[in-house]
Amino acid sequence: MAGFDHSHMPPAEVRDPVVERFNARLGLVLFAVYLAAYGAYVAVNAFWPRIMDSVPFLGINLAVSSGMGLIVGALVLAVLYAVVCRQPKGGGA
Amino acid sequence: MIYEPSATAVVVFALFVAITLGLSFYLGRRARTASGYYAAGGGVPWFVNGVAFAGDYLSAASFLGICGMIAFFGYDGFLYSIGYLAGWVVALFVIAEPLKRLGRYTFADALDNKFGSRGIKLVAAVSTLAVSVFYLIPQMVGAGVLIKPLLGIPHWAGVVTVGVVVILIVATAGMTSTTYVQFLKGSLLLLFTGGLTILILQRGLKADPSPEAAAPQTVTVTADGQKLVNGKPHGKGEGQADLRPVGRVSKLPGGASETGPLGPVEFLATIQESEVVLWQEKTVTDKAGNTTTTYSPKPTTGADVLRPGESTLFQGLQGDQLAPKLNFLSLMLALFCGTASLPHILIRYYTVKDAAAARKSTVVGIAAIGCFYVLTLYMGLGAMTGGAIDPSNRNNAAPLLARSFGELPFALISAVAFTTVLGTVSGLIVAASGAVVHDVMTGYLKLDMNDTAKVRIGRLAAVAVGLVAIGLGIIFERMNVNYLVGWAFSIAASANLPALVMLLFWKRTTKQGIIASVFAGMVTSLGWILLSGDTFKDVYGLKPELSPVPFSQPGLVTIPLSFAVLVVVSLLTRPKT
Repeated sequence: MAGFDHSHMPPAEVRDPVVERFNARLGLVLFAVYLAAYGAYVAVNAFWPRIMDSVPFLGINLAVSSGMGLIVGALVLAVLYAVVCRQPKGGGA
Repeated sequence: MIYEPSATAVVVFALFVAITLGLSFYLGRRARTASGYYAAGGGVPWFVNGVAFAGDYLSAASFLGICGMIAFFGYDGFLYSIGYLAGWVVALFVIAEPLKRLGRYTFADALDNKFGSRGIKLVAAVSTLAVSVFYLIPQMVGAGVLIKPLLGIPHWAGVVTVGVVVILIVATAGMTSTTYVQFLKGSLLLLFTGGLTILILQRGLKADPSPEAAAPQTVTVTADGQKLVNGKPHGKGEGQADLRPVGRVSKLPGGASETGPLGPVEFLATIQESEVVLWQEKTVTDKAGNTTTTYSPKPTTGADVLRPGESTLFQGLQGDQLAPKLNFLSLMLALFCGTASLPHILIRYYTVKDAAAARKSTVVGIAAIGCFYVLTLYMGLGAMTGGAIDPSNRNNAAPLLARSFGELPFALISAVAFTTVLGTVSGLIVAASGAVVHDVMTGYLKLDMNDTAKVRIGRLAAVAVGLVAIGLGIIFERMNVNYLVGWAFSIAASANLPALVMLLFWKRTTKQGIIASVFAGMVTSLGWILLSGDTFKDVYGLKPELSPVPFSQPGLVTIPLSFAVLVVVSLLTRPKT
């Protein structure tokens, strides 16, 4: 089971500043999108909680559907990020 | 009777512990270098690391605390699920890749990468220890909670059992064994909670309008120490009484008596239209010194159960006062910012080979953790309506829910919950051990140690931290584990995140700014918690009105404060050019 032998660190990774900058900017854009959604959710719960009582579809109220939406939305953005991110030439996992 | 020792549960539990320890001893022979002990040699595959993220992160608070909170209060517990998951967005989009490039073994490595400052090493190590200890408390409390119904032994014995097993895991192979224990645990947790959710949906909902099921219950501890349940001596024999399990639906839509199997959407929609019996707790002490706790039923509409504000923690959300709303905002901010600043999570980025692997493993982690948090709502509501929970303990709803399906589900869920505690506590102890040896002893004190000495002292530090954790787990027995984790998130978010973010994105950040920011965030958040109304009530036994701070959660004040301190100190100490 050579795969379990973790005694030594791997060689230093290949760096590419252009790729790193692109990935960082992409990350910040996606972060801003999610922050806006999360911020809106928290603000509505805190200051207008009655809105969360409404039942917009499928018999599930907005509190549950928006909460589920935030969890699923995080996964969708994460997958999008993984797909769009660039890899340095000659490196990457 | 709620608690009955189960032979099946004991066998499954022993099997899980044996597998976990066997894996640790096997890996222990292969991790003799410092990089192997503290960072698994950077050689963990990204998928394994991603599932191990889930194993590391989904702690007793998530599994026991959130399920318990949803079972007793409904939607308010799910708010924690959302906040805990949202924090991973910060980790993925902002922190993961640069952190992997900056660090080697510990969180302090990343903060100190640009400066080579002993002060940063010290303050980051102290912060790591503070956060780890606060995070350890609920894990150990959760361990005692699990062992009690599983083996029928007292809380303290459960805490000691977990402590000993974890110390063995960490002391044998450090991060390598911790990673594979967490991978195993993350996989099993998802598998079994998914299975439990299927059982809940298959069972559907059943109305029980009988008056006996809704009768109040009392527990009295007399001045001479005798425990009475419903007026009779506590016990399971003739003339004795034990608490009756609770949790049921009192009315189903259309007056139906049961629904039969339900789909995931249908299950939630049916609860929305039903009436559920929640349970309230009130404790009074009479002049003779007898303390009586009364558990009273509270019929509640499903619509109220599935909206924020049912629990004492968040009930102010439905009112007009500002302080409870600020308290809620503060908690949700801490959960959002806290994940990406928990030292035991951050060090997992050093176990993969490069930044791309760090990114991919975080995506896998978000998928696994997100799935689990969706399931918490079903498990919590399943416990609320399944007739199996203990009204006197909000932390053990999930195992007792599993017991309502039979001994084997109970044994499997209890065993996986136990590995949940093991996985998280192992990660915390590795982080704390790394802070002591790598940051304080070699980084700050500049002690010259070879690899063998670093590993040996790391093992000793792991034993010491494990013993502290055992002591704290016994002392804080009755605190809700989820609430305690909220404290750890607040301290981590206030002390660590501002320094890390500014180091990555603001070129004028100085070492003095980082030191001041970590110190200010740690001291103010800790101080705020110790002075909060919740601590006054639950820890000191004082009136919460005496608290000098306007709300209990510190993040809304202390996170911006930590950012501000970093900016001001960095500007005051910028190098002359």
